[in-house]
Amino acid sequence: MDALLKKQLEIAATKVRMGVIEGVHAAKAGHPGGSLSVADTLTYLYMHRMNVDPKNPDMPDRDRLVLSKGHTAPALYAVLAERGFFPAEELKTLRKIGSRLQGHPSMGKLPGIDMSTGSLGQGVSTACGMALSGKISNETYKVYTVLGDGEIEEGQVWEAAMFAAQYKLDNLVAVVDNNGLQIDGRIEDVMSSYPIDEKFKAFGWHVICIDGHDFDQIEKAFNEAETVLNKPTVIIQKSVKGKGVSFMENQVGWHGKAPNDEEYAVAMKELGDHLAELEK
Amino acid sequence: MLAEKRPDLVVLDADLAAATKTGTFKKAYPDRFFDCGIAEANMMGVAAGIASTGKLVFASSFAMFAAGRAFEIVRNSIGYPHLNVKIGASHAGISVGEDGASHQCNEDIALMRAIPGMTVINPADDVEAKAAVLAMADYVGPTYMRFGRLAVPVFNDPATYKFELGKGIQIKDGKDVTIIATGLMVAEAIEAGKALAEQGIDARIINIHTIKPIDRDIIIKAAKETGKIITVEEHSVIGGLGSAVADVVTEECPVPVIKIGVKDVYGHSGPAVDLLKEFGLCAENIVAVTKAALGK
Repeated sequence: MDALLKKQLEIAATKVRMGVIEGVHAAKAGHPGGSLSVADTLTYLYMHRMNVDPKNPDMPDRDRLVLSKGHTAPALYAVLAERGFFPAEELKTLRKIGSRLQGHPSMGKLPGIDMSTGSLGQGVSTACGMALSGKISNETYKVYTVLGDGEIEEGQVWEAAMFAAQYKLDNLVAVVDNNGLQIDGRIEDVMSSYPIDEKFKAFGWHVICIDGHDFDQIEKAFNEAETVLNKPTVIIQKSVKGKGVSFMENQVGWHGKAPNDEEYAVAMKELGDHLAELEK
Repeated sequence: MLAEKRPDLVVLDADLAAATKTGTFKKAYPDRFFDCGIAEANMMGVAAGIASTGKLVFASSFAMFAAGRAFEIVRNSIGYPHLNVKIGASHAGISVGEDGASHQCNEDIALMRAIPGMTVINPADDVEAKAAVLAMADYVGPTYMRFGRLAVPVFNDPATYKFELGKGIQIKDGKDVTIIATGLMVAEAIEAGKALAEQGIDARIINIHTIKPIDRDIIIKAAKETGKIITVEEHSVIGGLGSAVADVVTEECPVPVIKIGVKDVYGHSGPAVDLLKEFGLCAENIVAVTKAALGK
């Protein structure tokens, strides 16, 4: 990846992380851990890869993204704000009465939301429907969907995995955000979804494994997915839950908890310092 | 043909194309038919995704799986974003017959009616079913259409029949009592009305094909003018047509509402016609219940 682009993406991703903390702190609730682990990939997709237009959010030939792990909406909202779909100021309304930023994404309310999600395991099926629809009428748009490594414990995910392979949905790319933690603990202790790569392979998908915080690897993976024909691609990204905020990293307790004022200040200082470093 | 008029029409099924008759569509339009396999939850999500891109999608399975198994997907992926998905649920009710209780869905109307913004339709015969499907293709929004398995007597005249969403149909006027029926039970209610007339009871007969949104006016008028209402449905007495009618009556004009339906029990295997008799879903029982309600 071009060094300048990489720097730009790192800056954007840091702003997105600050947006996550801003929103969750203001809401006094929400899911910072998984939002921070998926922030780099969402930043890459919306800021660089996807064909979207904030001025025309419903354009029919746009690329689509279904956040199947809908509880990480704070990251999606922060990315959409960064991309210009709505003012970043609105991130502070997260989860509040009257806000367009619902606790989980709600399509129709907020520009840029391609599907209502939040009930785990469902988004990936809707992404399959969008991809199939594109095939039916020979559209060129791509469909992306982002799943959690705990989410794939839901049986519906594997129904969808069969479907996507059966109908050769090579216009569909799924990302599994493998941060290793779910609400009740480590994935392998609660209900192991491992080996994730072998499972998807067995279901007929093209599988790519990457580090979800390395923009070079992220770009390479999506480039590779673009070349795959007649089967869907899954990018399994190793990631760090809470990435970018030292006291949240790899801590299961930060799955669904908002920082208090003191923690908020520490987190924003860390991210702010990082941003200043990048912008030097 | 709807499929000719609507090139954006897509049909999904879940390995029941022969039974639900979507196989007929598959033969004629193989490029627009997609079998989702035995995976109804995913099928409903796929339907939502297709609808989000602007196409008209019909998703079909048995009522037990469409409304039952896939309930939460219908609620969250179709209902909540108010997507234009038409769910065609066949094999509803006790008249599934020999397959037994595991397949006899008597809860689907209750489940679908509880979803905000969901339209619920239960046509009474072939003429009404065809008209309802065409009307629902024009209507934009999530819709649940309930069909049975049995061959049903056709009593509507295809030349004159008009389907109006949310409008009940008064089949026969009457002043002593009102019998409100839906689906398969409308034909039985008509028969019951004739038998009651012979016994000097003037029963109003109403067909409610749209259970949601329900025709409040026709129900309130019946309550005011006839004073008693009997509801008849091939569905649980909990949450179905009877409950919907009672909801209106208790708020607007409290009169007795006596519900004929499956009384909070499971069905069992047997020939459909025998089961319908056993569970009181027949003209004879409608007559008996109506007379009892009138103290005759």
